[in-house]
Amino acid sequence: MAMAAADIERMIKEALPDAKVEIRDLAGDGDHYAATVISSAFKGMSKVKQHQLVYAALKGNMGGVLHALALTTSAE
Amino acid sequence: MTDINAFIDNEVKSNDVVLFMKGTPQFPMCGFSGQIVQILDYVGAPYKAHNVLENADLRQGIKDYANWPTIPQLYIKGEFIGGCDIVREMFQSGELAQTLADNGVAVKKAG
Repeated sequence: MAMAAADIERMIKEALPDAKVEIRDLAGDGDHYAATVISSAFKGMSKVKQHQLVYAALKGNMGGVLHALALTTSAE
Repeated sequence: MTDINAFIDNEVKSNDVVLFMKGTPQFPMCGFSGQIVQILDYVGAPYKAHNVLENADLRQGIKDYANWPTIPQLYIKGEFIGGCDIVREMFQSGELAQTLADNGVAVKKAG
């Protein structure tokens, strides 16, 4: 199973409406992605909390149908 | 607290640096796990590694413990530091070496 980049972006934006999301398909197999997420919601949060917020947005798909999503998060 | 939760809790609190990974430091079974092994070896930090592929309870338990969906996971002095992305960022910025130093973890100088 794999996930389309557009679905990943949509789910992140549903949870973080102001987010700027950039997704790259690393291997071209729809299973290994890198995402950069910029949202003011991350302000004052540790990296762990920022990533947990993105994982929560993906509602359990991370680590399941989505094997690999290299994440870079930033508040601005 | 379930048995596996108690086991994890005890492991991360009684060892300075603990890595939960797929495979072993000698034979990582996943590129992300392998990257953290390389980083820890490079900074010269001693660590205890657990291979989650040998234990299905641990593989699920560690995800629940940290509320973190993926493996590898790195802990320093009982605190969840992050997965591969965060550890790599911290390594590149020098923050990882600082965190180890702040927690009194002696590192071997890379030869």
